[in-house]
Amino acid sequence: MNTSAKTNMPSSMVSVGGGESRTSKATNNVKMRAKDVKVFYGDTQAINGIDIDIYENEVLAFIGPSGCGKSTFLRCLNRMNDTIDICRVEGEITLDQKDIYAPDRDVVLLRAQVGIVFQKPNPFPKSIYENIAYGPRLHGLAKRKAELDDIVESSLRRAGLWEEVKDRLDQPGTGLSGGQQQRLCIARTIAVSPDIILMDEPCSALDPIATGKVEQLIDELSESYTIVMVTHNMQQAARVADRTAFFHMGDLIEVDSTDTIFTNPQNQRTHDYITGRYG
Amino acid sequence: MSITIEQRRQHRLMTIEKSLSTRHRKERRFRRLGLAAVIVGMTLVATLFASILMRGLPAFWQATFYMELYFDPEVIQVEDKPQQASGESQAEFNQRFAAWQTQVGLVNWQSLIDAALQETLDEEIEPRQLRDLRALLSSNERFTLRNKFVEDPSLLGQTIEVKMLASANVDVWIKGNIDRDLADARQQLSAQTRAWADQLYDAGVIRNAFSTSLFLNTDSRSAPASAGLAGAFMGSLFMMVIVIALSVPLGVASAVYLEEFAPKNRLTDIIEININNLAAVPSIVFGLLGASIFIGYLGLPLSAPLVGGLVLTLMTLPTIIIATRASLRSIPPSIRQAALGIGASKVQTVFHHVLPIALPGILTGSILGVAQALGETAPLLLIGMNAFVANVPSTPFEQSAALPVQIYLWQGNELRNFFEARTSAAIIVLLALMLSLNALAIWLRKKFETRW
Ligand SMILES: Nc1ncnc2c1ncn2[C@@H]1O[C@H](COP(=O)(O)OP(=O)(O)OP(=O)(O)O)[C@@H](O)[C@H]1O
Ligand SMILES: [Mg+2]
Repeated sequence: MNTSAKTNMPSSMVSVGGGESRTSKATNNVKMRAKDVKVFYGDTQAINGIDIDIYENEVLAFIGPSGCGKSTFLRCLNRMNDTIDICRVEGEITLDQKDIYAPDRDVVLLRAQVGIVFQKPNPFPKSIYENIAYGPRLHGLAKRKAELDDIVESSLRRAGLWEEVKDRLDQPGTGLSGGQQQRLCIARTIAVSPDIILMDEPCSALDPIATGKVEQLIDELSESYTIVMVTHNMQQAARVADRTAFFHMGDLIEVDSTDTIFTNPQNQRTHDYITGRYG
Repeated sequence: MSITIEQRRQHRLMTIEKSLSTRHRKERRFRRLGLAAVIVGMTLVATLFASILMRGLPAFWQATFYMELYFDPEVIQVEDKPQQASGESQAEFNQRFAAWQTQVGLVNWQSLIDAALQETLDEEIEPRQLRDLRALLSSNERFTLRNKFVEDPSLLGQTIEVKMLASANVDVWIKGNIDRDLADARQQLSAQTRAWADQLYDAGVIRNAFSTSLFLNTDSRSAPASAGLAGAFMGSLFMMVIVIALSVPLGVASAVYLEEFAPKNRLTDIIEININNLAAVPSIVFGLLGASIFIGYLGLPLSAPLVGGLVLTLMTLPTIIIATRASLRSIPPSIRQAALGIGASKVQTVFHHVLPIALPGILTGSILGVAQALGETAPLLLIGMNAFVANVPSTPFEQSAALPVQIYLWQGNELRNFFEARTSAAIIVLLALMLSLNALAIWLRKKFETRW
């Protein structure tokens, strides 16, 4: 257990409950910090000023009713919101103490550091190999073909997909099943070795077995990555997350160790939501 | 008495069943209507094609003379063809050669043909019959003969079998494209010429041979039988190359910029609206614009494929931009997000992922746009491409005809009986060109199609 680490977290955000069900790899280094983040779509405000710290190697889950801004906030963390024309982000988000919205910040580099896996699997309509190799090649991570082959294999292995696809790497990634596609997308993300992986409901399109595999994968990945995931599945949050953040109508109501959130939430709305009385 | 659940279930099923039968009836009616629409459309297209083919195909074969011709040294009194002597400069030689050519040109080639015909008919021809005799052959064949001799002066004194085009009127007469019972006064040919034509046709001297002149010659007024499409074809080809070279890169680049990079603001809205408006502008207006800007202002040559190509480019651009944008827009945004999420830049995302997927759509749209431009006539009339041009352009700057304009010109030719079939033949050539372009579009589409 690493609860001692968590008690050292900034008190404004975290109060820590008892032992977790899984072995946490979280450290108490702040990897990312959001300060008073507000997001607007045109004139409507979707996020009303959120402060949160994300620790190195932790698994952080965002929960909350539909439309409360989980995806919106997640997309702020690697500036995917930039691609939405009407979206405007205010406040400050730092990665390793450096502002990611600073004018001189290169989003390409940022996204290589903060990877994202989307809710719907979206492999490129190219071969399985190309799907994985694209990122490393783009960033010049492999000098030779053999190196690239290595990256492809290890990424697929870590995503638990290697055994299933090793004989058909040249076939289109879009020909895989939904669960395989999602693991392919995860492999594609880890192929560029980001520090942080954002996942937006990565299991919402998957059956329980595939979900289990992805959850196991998340657990393994937390060894070397920081993972922020959005989920609608309470059990999933309970199973994989070190900490859980509850969002409601654009506000971050409460963030705490997963156990605390599920057993002893400080806020009434969190309590209502967890117990199914709301949302 | 209360209604049981079972009764309610029965009732619900019956209601659904009742509505089902009307629904099915409606569906059947709709399907029949659709089928009928397709059949009507197909019938119309089939009729169009059949009538064009029926009228045009015979024109690919043309009444042609096969007869012995004696290169009579009595008539052809010229010096030997000059050879470049050693030590002689090119200019000196050219001068000598030109002089020789003038000599050859002055030879009375027509009399050789007259003699050959006389021989073939095995008849003594009186001088007053010469007119009727010469009406048999296309009037430019004496030049063909001359060119043959210039090529090969050793023909002098020899008798060889030559192949010569019959005149347009003979072609019409042989093919029965004119009423044979018409009164003499209303026939194009004299009674004597008609009789000779029949006699020669029966003797196998006049045969229906594949008409190479249709493809190798340019338009001709003095000798309509030899009128061909070579000039118009080259003109259209030049224009096509110009249109492809200009409108595809310009159109695709603008579309990619507008769709993928341009900020969505008032200015881009206005641009978008105007592009759509441009696509709806009648083509003749582009012709007017071309005439005033390219010819009037920039001083480019009249009737040149260059100007035609520029005008058609203007016309095709909006089509290509719209097709490309539609193709780009149909690509799921998730692909862009996937690439951006890995850390590809916007440009990389577009070039690595978006464009390859959009390529088949872009190609199809572009080729269809170009094919449409190729068949356009109205704007070309306004930049003088309806002028009579009797040479094959070797550059896009020379005067030239164009296929659709050639069709228009032939359609209006007063030698109706002959040019009706010729017009349809030209239409067939144009359609063949378009169909091959469309086939190319389909092939490219299949080749580059992304399998999801
Ligand atoms: N591209 C967009 N343009 C305009 N409004 C948006 C856009 N994306 C999200 N919103 C709005 O922002 C608010 C938050 O949306 P968001 O997608 O972040 O919710 P969420 O918590 O992820 O919901 P869910 O659990 O259903 O995915 C919603 O009111 C939504 O309508
Ligand atoms: Mg969401």
